[in-house]
Amino acid sequence: MWQWLKRLYHRLGSPKWFYEITAKWIPWLAIISVVGCVTGLVLGLLYAPADYLQGNSFRIIYIHVPAAILAQSAFMMMAIAGAVYLIWKMKMAAWVAKVIAPIGAGFCLIALFTGAIWGKPTWGTWWVWDARLTSMLLLLFLYFGVMALQQAMDSEESGFKAAAILALVGLVNIPIIKYSVEWWNTLHQPATLKLTEKPSMHPDMLIPLLIMIVTTYVFFALLVILRTRNEILWHERKRSWVKDILEP
Amino acid sequence: MEFNSFAEFIAMGGHGLYVWLSYGLTAVVIAWNVAQPVMRRRRLLKEQAQRLRREKKHDAKA
Repeated sequence: MWQWLKRLYHRLGSPKWFYEITAKWIPWLAIISVVGCVTGLVLGLLYAPADYLQGNSFRIIYIHVPAAILAQSAFMMMAIAGAVYLIWKMKMAAWVAKVIAPIGAGFCLIALFTGAIWGKPTWGTWWVWDARLTSMLLLLFLYFGVMALQQAMDSEESGFKAAAILALVGLVNIPIIKYSVEWWNTLHQPATLKLTEKPSMHPDMLIPLLIMIVTTYVFFALLVILRTRNEILWHERKRSWVKDILEP
Repeated sequence: MEFNSFAEFIAMGGHGLYVWLSYGLTAVVIAWNVAQPVMRRRRLLKEQAQRLRREKKHDAKA
């Protein structure tokens, strides 16, 4: 097991190996993303029953919750990749951390936008400074901070290092987001899904949500791979294997 | 199916504006997320292939 992990780690550290293997994964990830998205949205928008309190506005959940979950997961992955770079100086980890930042910020933006729009008919206001909304806005600024630091330094390496440190420090915000609805009296409703409890949602509402969450993770993997391949092409442009790609 | 007609589906029981604004904004962010790496890849491949050709020509002259 340990040997296998070590081998995987060394392979992942090789830009050429990553570039070649992901070429085969991209079509599959794209197909799963499209099929999952269509299935989830058809079930969620057309077949799920309207919420007895919120009516049809609850259908925003099918993008709001997956985007919010992903924005937080992506931040954790970015911090882990940053830590791997800081500890073992693995270049690939730095590039992965770099490409996650704008993608995660995009999902965070989606979560905030859709939350504000959902808030209007549900709470009667676009925005309140309650704990959940504020900590989520902080997550967006942390993403922006990481992106800015990556480019702020004279050398790319020190930029990556500073960004990794901010990502690791910013991890503190993740449990704050998660527990904000329990620790403070918030306008935001408590978690729809809990790993430890049986879901309270009707299966017709729940299944499309689960499909959308899984699909969002697959789509995120696709985006990270697409951007990481570009980083590889750029950083390895003087290597012979990239030259072979450039002129076959 | 929860809706009896296409118009009813669009209206979303009066919440159409909120629902479709959410989905529309999301679609814009998603589209940008896909277009950005695809366009960058095209540009990268083109620029680097050009650079390679230029260097080859330069080497041939020297």
